[in-house]
Amino acid sequence: MGRVVLVTGVGRYLGARTAEILADEPDVERVVAVDIVPSPFSLGKADFVRADIRSPVIAKILANDEIDTVVHMNVLATPTAVGGRSPQKEINVLGTMQLLGACQRAPSVSSLVVKSSTTVYGASPKDPALFTEEMAPKAPPRSGYAKDSVEVEGYVRGFGRRRPDVAVTTLRFANFIGPNVRTPFTEYFTLPVVPTVMGYDARLQFIHEDDGLEAIRLATVLDKGGIYNVAGDGVLALSQAVRRAGGVAAPLPSFTAGPVGGFFRRARLADFSPEQVRFLTFGRAVDTSRAREELGYVPRYTTEQAFEAFIRSRRTDVEAVHEFVAGLERTVVSTMTRGRVNVAG
Amino acid sequence: MSQADVVPIGTRGKPGRGSSKSATPSAASRSLAGGKARLSSVDDSSADSTSQGEQTKPSPDEPRKKPATKPAGKPRAKPVGPTPKAEPRVAPKPEPQATTEPDQEFELPSSIAEVLALVGDTAYAVLGADADRLIAEVLGFARRRLTGDYEIDAFGLDTDLTETLILPLLRPLYDKYFRVEVKGAENIPTDGGALVVANHSGTIAVDAVMTAFAVHDETPGNRILRMLGADFVFSLPFFGEMSRKTGSTLACGEDGHRLLTSGELVGVWPEGFKGIGKPYKERYRLQRFGRGGYVSSAITAGVPIIPTAIVGAEEIYPIIGDMPLLARLIGAPYFPVTPLFPWLGPLGMVPLPSKWIIEFGEPIPTDELSADEAEDPMVVFNLGDQVRETIQHNLYQLLAERRSVFF
Repeated sequence: MGRVVLVTGVGRYLGARTAEILADEPDVERVVAVDIVPSPFSLGKADFVRADIRSPVIAKILANDEIDTVVHMNVLATPTAVGGRSPQKEINVLGTMQLLGACQRAPSVSSLVVKSSTTVYGASPKDPALFTEEMAPKAPPRSGYAKDSVEVEGYVRGFGRRRPDVAVTTLRFANFIGPNVRTPFTEYFTLPVVPTVMGYDARLQFIHEDDGLEAIRLATVLDKGGIYNVAGDGVLALSQAVRRAGGVAAPLPSFTAGPVGGFFRRARLADFSPEQVRFLTFGRAVDTSRAREELGYVPRYTTEQAFEAFIRSRRTDVEAVHEFVAGLERTVVSTMTRGRVNVAG
Repeated sequence: MSQADVVPIGTRGKPGRGSSKSATPSAASRSLAGGKARLSSVDDSSADSTSQGEQTKPSPDEPRKKPATKPAGKPRAKPVGPTPKAEPRVAPKPEPQATTEPDQEFELPSSIAEVLALVGDTAYAVLGADADRLIAEVLGFARRRLTGDYEIDAFGLDTDLTETLILPLLRPLYDKYFRVEVKGAENIPTDGGALVVANHSGTIAVDAVMTAFAVHDETPGNRILRMLGADFVFSLPFFGEMSRKTGSTLACGEDGHRLLTSGELVGVWPEGFKGIGKPYKERYRLQRFGRGGYVSSAITAGVPIIPTAIVGAEEIYPIIGDMPLLARLIGAPYFPVTPLFPWLGPLGMVPLPSKWIIEFGEPIPTDELSADEAEDPMVVFNLGDQVRETIQHNLYQLLAERRSVFF
């Protein structure tokens, strides 16, 4: 008999794709996809059930459909998508609590996969260059999505203690990026003028959406349990990423980050919670060797390639901008050398 | 997310957005791969632009292409500023080659073109044929910076920036100002991991910068010294950013271990702030060497320790006093008072031109120690003492040989 999988948060792109992909797995008999709103994305062979994970309905679904695997994708990074910070927190933290409560009382559940994020490591000047899974944050996040993730992981750990028979897999993802996902970060890089923190250049890591989905699929199928960092190889500096995106960085002194962040939040241009600003100041990168060794997971896109793929899908003029710069270089070189030297075009 | 564009629930396998799970990379990633290859070929060309330029632009109608045919150092190009004589009429020459790619070349405004050509001529007058390489290098660098076409490693090291801009800018300071003399450069391994341990002094970490320069200059493969710095450094704007970009990372066991095991040359200054911020009267007297974390790292990674003595850095900013209250106010570990600072303001920040000697001592091997012994405090302390005593001994020897502080 195949597995019956419950996927939460299918109203968002990653959740929907997860449901769709898992439904195509040979040893998965059925996928039940839940969210409070019908998904605008294709769910493939998955069955959609409109339910709020914060309600007792979820316990009924778990029992009636004899769900054995729960894939919890309903931890949202984007407050603007749900109408603000408090609904976001409500969905992330209370939703997880309720879902785990329901799972705890469902004897059929034997496997839990949770989408978390590398934001749980915080961001500070005391951070090591690469975080491994067992490292504690040097400066634990105190607000926003990052704090939600920490709390979600806390509840997940508690659940793991109370139900030792359930294989609990926590995937800590770097910032998702790609042609389809929308996060505060993707919107940030599509701004024509990108505010950055003066005097700091954060190291960033990205995970391509397809790679992230593959990690979720592998974790669900292998059912091994454990905590895994998931990110593309390599890092990009913030300034470098902005230039690769064809944008212009506007470095602002760090004390202006609060008001400027607030302005961008209110204008709904991008989300700059204090945590996000800390991340853009000090950056963060993680070591992904555990996922490689234990899940056999190798991302197809490096951080650089994931970013490039994202930029090409969102800004068609990047190539022209870079070509312009290259052309300018050629012209200036040959002017300065009076035509003696030509740079290859 | 609007509710208006809802698709029917459970489409049962109908092709939806991105539902094809193809094994081939997406169009975006394919074009990405192509783009990379092309960009990097441009990159190569800027290194030896003359040869590449000829083969990729086969426009033989350029008479003045080879620097060899046209003697480079033009007599006309004396840096006489506002004399755009009849010559500059010939200057906007680059246009002819635009025939190959008409839409990518620009008509520079003639005044700008004149200035650029004059700058170029000056470069030729000063440097001769070398100017070709220099101009192509500088502009290639500028383009890479503008388009983000360079790579940084996981620790944030930006090799392009470090080698093309930072180190060349430091050369006058190294060669002319401090006249750094390097001894025992053969003790730095040309490949593989090693731990350079040195004494710390000089109020600000100029000694670390000069040591990194020396390592880059003296090793055959131009190795970059990966320095481990205090978290205070990385909390500072600009300093922290520059430190990471030039190869530093946080002094913590994890980073040190990661660098050493991946075969990097790591530099530590175990005295930390106690060493760098000590009063002048204690010059060349080594302070406590931390808690020996660096020794454990070296033993675990099985890499040799290179005891390094730096003479000259103590005298650049002689600390005659400290203002702890002011230091606490600005969150610094100390606030130095030197004979010139803060009395002379910014002028007081000019370091005294002492004569430097950096001696890389004989490597102390750690590979016969097992990794378990990295956890044995006695082994760690003994080895730490050995390193410290070697450096202290070398320091005294160098001081005895030194004729004067400034010469």
